[in-house]
Amino acid sequence: MTTTVTAGARRPTAPRQRGGAGRWIREHLVTMFGILALIYLFVPIFVVVMFSFNDPTGRFNYTWVRFSFSAWADPCGISGMCDALLVSLKIGVLATIVATILGTLAAFAMARHRFRGRAVANLLVFLPMATPEVVAGSSLLTLFINLGMPLGQTTIFIAHVMFCVSFVIVTVKARLAGMDPRLEQAAMDLYANRVQTFTKVTWPLVLPGIVSGAMLSFSLSFDDFIITNFNAGQTVTFPMFVWGAYQRALPVQINVVGTAMLLVALILVVLGRLISKLRAR
Amino acid sequence: MTTAMAPGREAPVTVTGTGLQVRGLVKQYGTFTAVDGIDLDVPEGSFFALLGPSGCGKTTTLRMVAGLEDPTAGAIYIDGDDVSRRRAYQRPVNTVFQNYALFPHLSIFENVAFGLRRRRQQNIKKSVMEMLELVELAHLAERKPTQLSGGQQQRVAVVRALVNKPQVLLLDEPLGALDLKLRRQMQLELKKIQTEVGITFIHVTHDQEEAMTMADTIAVMNAGHVEQLGQPAQLYENPVSVFVANFLGQSNLLRGTISGRDGDWVTAATSAGTIRIPAARCSANGADCLVGVRPEKIQVEEIGTAAATVPSGHNSVTGRVSDASFIGVSTQYQVTVAGGQELTVFSQNTGTALVRPGTDVVLHWDALHTFALDGSQDVRSGMDDPEAQ
Repeated sequence: MTTTVTAGARRPTAPRQRGGAGRWIREHLVTMFGILALIYLFVPIFVVVMFSFNDPTGRFNYTWVRFSFSAWADPCGISGMCDALLVSLKIGVLATIVATILGTLAAFAMARHRFRGRAVANLLVFLPMATPEVVAGSSLLTLFINLGMPLGQTTIFIAHVMFCVSFVIVTVKARLAGMDPRLEQAAMDLYANRVQTFTKVTWPLVLPGIVSGAMLSFSLSFDDFIITNFNAGQTVTFPMFVWGAYQRALPVQINVVGTAMLLVALILVVLGRLISKLRAR
Repeated sequence: MTTAMAPGREAPVTVTGTGLQVRGLVKQYGTFTAVDGIDLDVPEGSFFALLGPSGCGKTTTLRMVAGLEDPTAGAIYIDGDDVSRRRAYQRPVNTVFQNYALFPHLSIFENVAFGLRRRRQQNIKKSVMEMLELVELAHLAERKPTQLSGGQQQRVAVVRALVNKPQVLLLDEPLGALDLKLRRQMQLELKKIQTEVGITFIHVTHDQEEAMTMADTIAVMNAGHVEQLGQPAQLYENPVSVFVANFLGQSNLLRGTISGRDGDWVTAATSAGTIRIPAARCSANGADCLVGVRPEKIQVEEIGTAAATVPSGHNSVTGRVSDASFIGVSTQYQVTVAGGQELTVFSQNTGTALVRPGTDVVLHWDALHTFALDGSQDVRSGMDDPEAQ
């Protein structure tokens, strides 16, 4: 009995094999395009990581010579690079903190309160994002010179806070807009006073928006070259150092720093995932 | 409150001063009046429904009781205390929100424990688990709200409010997001929970069947005021406004003029003939009136048959069947009566043959089932519920 059934069931597979190749391609087309897109995204990053292990013969890290840990063993071996890196990290952290605080407060005001000029304020927030960096940088330089402010870390910091605030406002406001106002009403209905409603319901629900705003701020600040270049004076940030070094050489240590930043970002993302998974359990 | 405390009076609510009383409650938004001076008496431990179409002010009333909206005028008493100036978190009231408003970042357990933690109660774990067991969700205590089905979330929302043992539980269209089958099931479950815990429930809904199934008392609201307040059967059998007559079930309304009064009876002349109405069921102020009868009270008999004799004490009108649709349990007839108006009749399927369209018939019903409303009202008032479409 069993044998006849299986034999009978096997028979109709024959016509299915006829269109085999075309069918396989049709079924996997989306996957293949997906893989191609990922390759496109990851090849440059892969090159950065790979060349951080290179041991170039000249001053330029262009061609693959041999595998080596020498740059990783001596990341600050290039004079001035680690100083520039520290300046960038310091400005990045400070600008992020200030921009996040200011931006979050502004987002709350703009999302929650009705005031005169709210619509205009909503529009103006986008202005720093829409202004070309060259224009913003040169205008700020004019402003600082007219105010008699010495160029340096302070002016860079002020400039970075300026363009980061907009991004924080937009991300936090989006988070607030997506929040059901009844959640806060439910908290008050359940005996939470205003402070408790904020700490127990509003804050935890808005926090992801604030964190992504802060992360965006840091990467924007750390990365910025154009505006910074206008307002840096004698200060050298990491992007400026890389640019400057490129005129004379391209040391492997730049790739080491890049790879390290990548690793830190990756670890942060994985940690975030793990924490939210643990919490969900 | 004390003025009504005369002993031996019939209204027990005002005498005891327990439960919830609303006096002259008004809410205005700019020039728009959402709630226009309403009075409510909700006895302690009762299941009370605020019924009305969307925009009638029922949710605004509920939110004012909860403290989520500030009244423009009026007072709200809970057990004799005026709470209308207290903040939401200072009132002995909890709300089951429309779409539940469960905290998405907290587990089911923490959602239910939220109110208890704010008030620093003892034995939180025991109380929460007891409540979750009441609705058979104890095994899901560590889940997040998004991992639950709509019906389960609804139950969590109910126990999150109930665990605080409020004096009044407010339910704002709590079943609106559920499908019909689940809604029927939850109606029975909510009614059962209410009977078990004995807390006063105030239920806001636009679904008249839901209100009639669940509530002891219904306040029918329209355009910011209470049209009529009473027990479901009383509202259905004896509506005092066209809005109530049309919003709760269906009504046949014939324009008429009051032509005579004779003891307990009023007679009204309509285009279809003279109709007798019990005086107690006549709420017309002047001579103009709308004579009403529910479609299922009317009997249809073919003229010329033996059954066509009208029993004494019945009102009767003659007409011609314009449409007959067989539904199964009943047949719905449209009958055009003298004067051109159409009456709807629900005839129960008790084995009698279908009356074909075009047949001349006599319609009769017990005169006791007739009611008369004030003639100044719009006949279509309460007919189109925008949410019921």
